[in-house]
Amino acid sequence: MELSTFFVQCLNAVQYGLLLFLVASGLTLIFGIMGVINLAHGSFYMLGAYLAFGLSPLFGNQFLLQLAAGVVLSVAIGFLLEWVFFSYLYQRNHLQQVLMTYSLILVFEEIRSLVAGNEVHGVAIPDWLSGGIRLGDVMTYPVYNLFASASCLVVALALYYVVNRTRLGMMIRAGASNRDMVRGLGIDIRLLYRIVFAAGVALAALAGMIAAPVSSVYPGMGGQILIICFVVVVIGGIGSISGALIAALLVGFVDTFGKVLFAQYSGVSVYLLMAAILLWRPEGLRNRGF
Amino acid sequence: MQSTPRHLPHPFCRPPCSSPGHQSSRTLLTLALQGALLSLGIGIGLGTQASAAETAPIKVGFMLPATGTYANLGNMIENGFKLYVAEQGGKLGGREITYFKVDDESDPAKATDNVNKLVKRDQVDVLVGTVHSGVALAMAKVARETNTLMIVPNAGADLITGAMCAKNIFRTSFTNWQPAYAMGKVAADKGHKKAITITWNYAAGNESAKGFAEGFEKGGGKVAQNLNLPFPNVEFQALLTEIAAQKPDAVYAFFAGGGAVKFVKDYVAAGLNKTIPLYGPGFLTDGTLEAQGAAAQGMLTTLHYADNLNTPRDNAFRLNFAKTYKTNADVYAVQGYDTAQLLASGLKAAGGDIRNREPLVAGMEKTLVDSPRGPFKLSPSHNPMQDIYIRQVNGKLNENKGIAIKALADPGRGCKM
Repeated sequence: MELSTFFVQCLNAVQYGLLLFLVASGLTLIFGIMGVINLAHGSFYMLGAYLAFGLSPLFGNQFLLQLAAGVVLSVAIGFLLEWVFFSYLYQRNHLQQVLMTYSLILVFEEIRSLVAGNEVHGVAIPDWLSGGIRLGDVMTYPVYNLFASASCLVVALALYYVVNRTRLGMMIRAGASNRDMVRGLGIDIRLLYRIVFAAGVALAALAGMIAAPVSSVYPGMGGQILIICFVVVVIGGIGSISGALIAALLVGFVDTFGKVLFAQYSGVSVYLLMAAILLWRPEGLRNRGF
Repeated sequence: MQSTPRHLPHPFCRPPCSSPGHQSSRTLLTLALQGALLSLGIGIGLGTQASAAETAPIKVGFMLPATGTYANLGNMIENGFKLYVAEQGGKLGGREITYFKVDDESDPAKATDNVNKLVKRDQVDVLVGTVHSGVALAMAKVARETNTLMIVPNAGADLITGAMCAKNIFRTSFTNWQPAYAMGKVAADKGHKKAITITWNYAAGNESAKGFAEGFEKGGGKVAQNLNLPFPNVEFQALLTEIAAQKPDAVYAFFAGGGAVKFVKDYVAAGLNKTIPLYGPGFLTDGTLEAQGAAAQGMLTTLHYADNLNTPRDNAFRLNFAKTYKTNADVYAVQGYDTAQLLASGLKAAGGDIRNREPLVAGMEKTLVDSPRGPFKLSPSHNPMQDIYIRQVNGKLNENKGIAIKALADPGRGCKM
């Protein structure tokens, strides 16, 4: 592999890893803090993509405004879902959680089919992000992909700041380690959980909205991302945001270079990585480290 | 969903329904009646029994996807089939048709159970299905074991009319090999020497890549590498970078649905289309042009059907289809329509008796199907020998740009009838 090709592949790996992180961070938040195995998380990613499909004709080139509107909508949906469904799950065992969140996947898919149909839809890239940067003599790197990576980085930093440097973040961390003690200190744990859940939904939906212009929107798109996100969460350590970031980048690199160097086995490379890391550290890379 | 009345003894049976004692007395009665009928039959002649078989409706079993990604394709196939039946006045070979339906969900794991519902429970005369190759292979296995007549209206797995071919298994669509081989020839004719193929690592993708390589290398080109990624992974960036590093003269891609849209868009976003033309089978652009938008414009693909064929046969078919179903016909509708045509020709040869297997199969083997895609006959392994068109994307159409190979027959490798 030439050096220039190697650098482009590294860029690809980082970009894929950052997008994975954005989806997985919401999953690890909900899983780590509230103890709910949320199989419907992929559906929130799909929700974001279809929001982008629905909103983009209304906003045109106002892409950032469109993202903001989508986030507001998905926070509202997250609040509602937590209130109606998920708030009943905290005291239940994992089997019941899996059953309900799995059935939510089926419900979301059916709603998607009724509202948007079963066809593949494209979402236009806004004009100001549609160019490419020349890399080598035949290839260009799409500006939009750089924008996607940058926005994922911004969200990662913001998430780190909120969780580690703010009062809300302190409460969230405390709620994760001892729910009853937090309640004893007079903090409304139910509201706290609702906020965390809505934030988790919004993160997945934001990832879906950012991915939509390059990946297009289609039935079943949530299921594909869900599996790889669980891999990221397990490698990173359940509930750890910094762990999810490291794991997402690792998965990005292994997947990218696996495809190029070991094409026939690229389907298993990521899972081999997971198995190896779990043998070395059964709790994941950064268990409960945030 | 329709089903036949079934005579199963109910576990919680009360006197009015059939208890064992009841059944034996009923059986006796039936036997006596049959004896009387038999003596009558001998008196009048054997013709009565045959004509009874000829007047009962033919049971057609649709095993097609009604839910999931391929639901729309299943619907088009069914509508195409029913359109031909309606054009014949609701009958094929002079016989009424009753339909039985099972949703195969495009799930190979459930395929054997689903096909048995049609074969064993409903006892259909002919199986029609399906879209997904994995499901179709399971169907073909059951059809072989039970000797049920089966017509495949889409799935392109080479095996079905290759190593798994049988007297009672027919196909009105294509093999994955056919459009791929034709595209290999087209790419070689354009003077390309070095190509790279890229597909999902599964049966259809690999068959397609092999077909392209065969056609391309016969024309003097060389496939430098076959890139693949696991189905249904859509992270193409790493492999696009690999293509840019190797700088081939042409790229052949096999993807479908959402993956096809993303691949074509990513390819253009990476700027590769400016120096390395992208080719593919028709599945790369069929039904997804709205989503692919500007990225697909001008792309060349090969398939056994195209928009703007502009033959009287195709125009009449499309007009009738649009009138009946308020939507435009596509390649899947054509395949469904031709499935009914092929069955009709068999029934005609067998005098309307679908159990009269030998003349039925011979009739289907010999017939010239007057398809909207252009007339075709079947190859010895029961797959269409058909013209493969070169099509170019223009707006939301895959426009006909001429014939790549006339009456192309799949080699039917491994087929022993």
